[in-house]
Amino acid sequence: MELLEIGDRVVAMAHAGEQVEAVVSRGGETEIKAYEGEIESLSSAQSQGVGIRVIADGRQGFAYAATFDPEVLAETLAEARDNATFATPDEFLGLAEPDGVAVADLDLFSEALESFPTQRKVDLAIELERAVRAADPRISGIESAEYVDVMAEGAIVSTTGIRTFGRETACYVMTYAMAADGDETQTGFGFSVGREPGELDVTVAATDASERATRMLGAVKPPSERLRVVLDPWVSAQFLGILAFTLNGEAVIKGRSLFADRLGHDVASALVTLVDDPTDPRAFTATETDGEGLATRRNVLIEDGVLKLFVHNAYSARRAGTRSTGSAVRGGFKSTPGVGCMATSMLPGSASQAELVALVGDGLLVQDVAGLHSGVNPISGDFSTGAEGLRIRGGELAEPVREFTIASTLQKMLKDISAVGNDLQWLPMSASGVSLVIDEVTISGV
Amino acid sequence: MIEESVISRTLGTALSTGGDFAEIFVEDKRSSSAVLDDGKVEELTSGRDRGAGIRVVVGDTTGFAHTADLTESGLAAAADAAAAAARGGGGGVRTIELTRRDAPAPNLVEIMPGDVAKRRKVELLTRADEVARSQGGAISQVSASYGDSRRRILVANSDGLLAADDQVKTFFAVSCIATGDTGMQTGRESVGHTVGFELFDQYDVAELASRAAHRALTKLGARPAPSGQMPVVIASGGGGVLFHEACGHGLEADLVGKSASVFRGRVGELVASPTVTIVDDGTMGGEWGCFAIDDEGHPAQRNVLIENGVLTDYMWDLLRARKEGRTSSGNGRRQSYQHLPMVRMTNTYLLNGPDDPDEIVASTDQGVYVKHLGGGQVNTATGDFVFGMTEAYLIENGEITEPLREGNLIGNGPEVLTRIDALGNDFAMGPPGTCGKDGQGVPVGDGVPTLRVSSLTIGGTAA
Repeated sequence: MELLEIGDRVVAMAHAGEQVEAVVSRGGETEIKAYEGEIESLSSAQSQGVGIRVIADGRQGFAYAATFDPEVLAETLAEARDNATFATPDEFLGLAEPDGVAVADLDLFSEALESFPTQRKVDLAIELERAVRAADPRISGIESAEYVDVMAEGAIVSTTGIRTFGRETACYVMTYAMAADGDETQTGFGFSVGREPGELDVTVAATDASERATRMLGAVKPPSERLRVVLDPWVSAQFLGILAFTLNGEAVIKGRSLFADRLGHDVASALVTLVDDPTDPRAFTATETDGEGLATRRNVLIEDGVLKLFVHNAYSARRAGTRSTGSAVRGGFKSTPGVGCMATSMLPGSASQAELVALVGDGLLVQDVAGLHSGVNPISGDFSTGAEGLRIRGGELAEPVREFTIASTLQKMLKDISAVGNDLQWLPMSASGVSLVIDEVTISGV
Repeated sequence: MIEESVISRTLGTALSTGGDFAEIFVEDKRSSSAVLDDGKVEELTSGRDRGAGIRVVVGDTTGFAHTADLTESGLAAAADAAAAAARGGGGGVRTIELTRRDAPAPNLVEIMPGDVAKRRKVELLTRADEVARSQGGAISQVSASYGDSRRRILVANSDGLLAADDQVKTFFAVSCIATGDTGMQTGRESVGHTVGFELFDQYDVAELASRAAHRALTKLGARPAPSGQMPVVIASGGGGVLFHEACGHGLEADLVGKSASVFRGRVGELVASPTVTIVDDGTMGGEWGCFAIDDEGHPAQRNVLIENGVLTDYMWDLLRARKEGRTSSGNGRRQSYQHLPMVRMTNTYLLNGPDDPDEIVASTDQGVYVKHLGGGQVNTATGDFVFGMTEAYLIENGEITEPLREGNLIGNGPEVLTRIDALGNDFAMGPPGTCGKDGQGVPVGDGVPTLRVSSLTIGGTAA
């Protein structure tokens, strides 16, 4: 059955005076892991489900089921309706309403993926593993070498006139490699992302993993000191992902954003222009509609260092007295929509990473971070993560360093950005990365 | 959940292309949650997830498929897909004789959460909100969440195993924000056990809310954490995650088998201070990571990983154990029927040592006292790990003094194990955790007595 029709069926069961929204989704995933020239595992997965939101008398309830069985649909709606009766009334609750913004045609679905034979996917995973092992004699093992593809389609139908359908494909190869020298082992990862397997570059993934692992061999723990650092795009993207939380309208209205009262103020270096644009098809997380069925759009969050906009869904916008920015996000059919940035990127500058390294002179290139989920608090702004990278001396990359932390605060780091690279990278996450020079962070090591 | 004859035929279909091993995992999970935020009961959610995962092993290759269609034809289609994925050779019809092998439940559930009126769950939330907000005017925001789940599983495999389990979990958490001159600070407390609604006979949500609020309030006056290496005292119950990260993951046989662990080839060696004994225990009644059978049908076990400093064994799932010609240690777990099982921890903890906890602090000249750790992460191949300090204080001249702002700790697993120079006699389990590995999350528990690591790197900003 078509997803829109399932949504229509749920919405048709709405009682008078209540709002009903159905999110209907279906997806398939293939995951192939290679190990020592063989397939270690091949998983093929199909999943589907519906999430139903009911708003009645100013109260909201939700329920989901991982099936399209018509009886279960009715039960799930009844459960959501029952759940609503226990919620606190809130005058700002309400489903999204069509706002006239045209839905971009992003061509996110590739027929080529559907017809790509499984055997050739297997070959890609095995080829990836072989390429990593061949990339450098110091490669001592492979923790993982895998091919993954995902096909997802979804519909949102509501009593308020939302009726959207979208589908997309994505695939990637990814590997974690180990390099050894005597008793010492270091690790590195590499990946390549596309809408269909023809866009994947196994060589790039293998070379990146090998280089990242081998260049860490001989790494030492650096002394504790304050230094200028260059954040690699892989790292800056993760930093932007956390920053995006602070610009989320729900966090703002609920007093969880450290930038809540800074709209129109300088919050970052003048070099910083930050946009959230899910309509950019280059973004891994590009999408035509948001989690409530509104068209996604390009939102400028920070312009030349000045805070311009918080992103909103229908609820947070109503509470803030503004309009949804098409930024409702949801974790599949099993949850109600939250608010969030979907495809954040910083406007690139003009210098290459090598030029930034030369500019820094004496400092550190951070190639990877660990523990962002535990060491960064987006509410207080305290920032402390494990890191590894390469020392910069005399404007050139020098010895590798590991087992240290970099620390600052989100507020200070934004102000401390003194150069932005031209190496914008689209990564398999909700933010893209670009090399950034941060003038001062605390290195905690020996 | 499914007739035995259907299971038997499905396994036969899965092996029809010549697999060495086939398994069916059936799951029926019902969950409910309720969230209060910003002073309002925002939503109640109910969900149902039901389906089966089938895997077929041929040589070193595993094929896996899952389905939400539990009819015989739905299961047959998934079995065919798994068999095709494993690329079996010649086949033939095999009949699987199943023998029921259930294991005793680690504890009995007294009150099924599904039988409790939603109103009572909502009352817990509003109570937590009131209590947290009454702790001081600086408490500017509170959220509270309640969750329960009942997960019934059935596992059968071509070795003839048939086993089932009924896992009930109940959870509650409170998060607070305190606002002061220095900005906002956060405090969170959670409790979760593999029990029913009787959880709330044992734990008072008001006390939980009060502790969360005080954690946020305390940090308002906190100074930046220091940077550099120093002695770190970890409080009883607050830091089990250290051992989950520092050595637990590195003792998982799948990572060891790929040489992606610094503990490879070290069984029988002294890898920790001689006072250190570390156990992974799926039988620990009522704890967050316990069960009767793991997700491969193997009964939960208590496994001693490190005994008096000596590495005794790794943790095993079925596949890795078969390869080595031994039995699983009951550590084969998966997030859901949509995932392949792998080696996972259950409840991982460090046993009591000889020392008086107060004396451990008193004998520390300068250092950091970590009351509570947040999440962590480890690179098992290098042993380097990090974890966040969500409540920490300075130790000055043997006394706990000023509170510190949040930051990460960083260290190396094998090094930290040998640097434990004091171990208290006040063991306690910590709050419930979710362990993430290869994209799958499973519930785990951890626990420690008060202990001291002679040197760890504190990732603060103060000189």
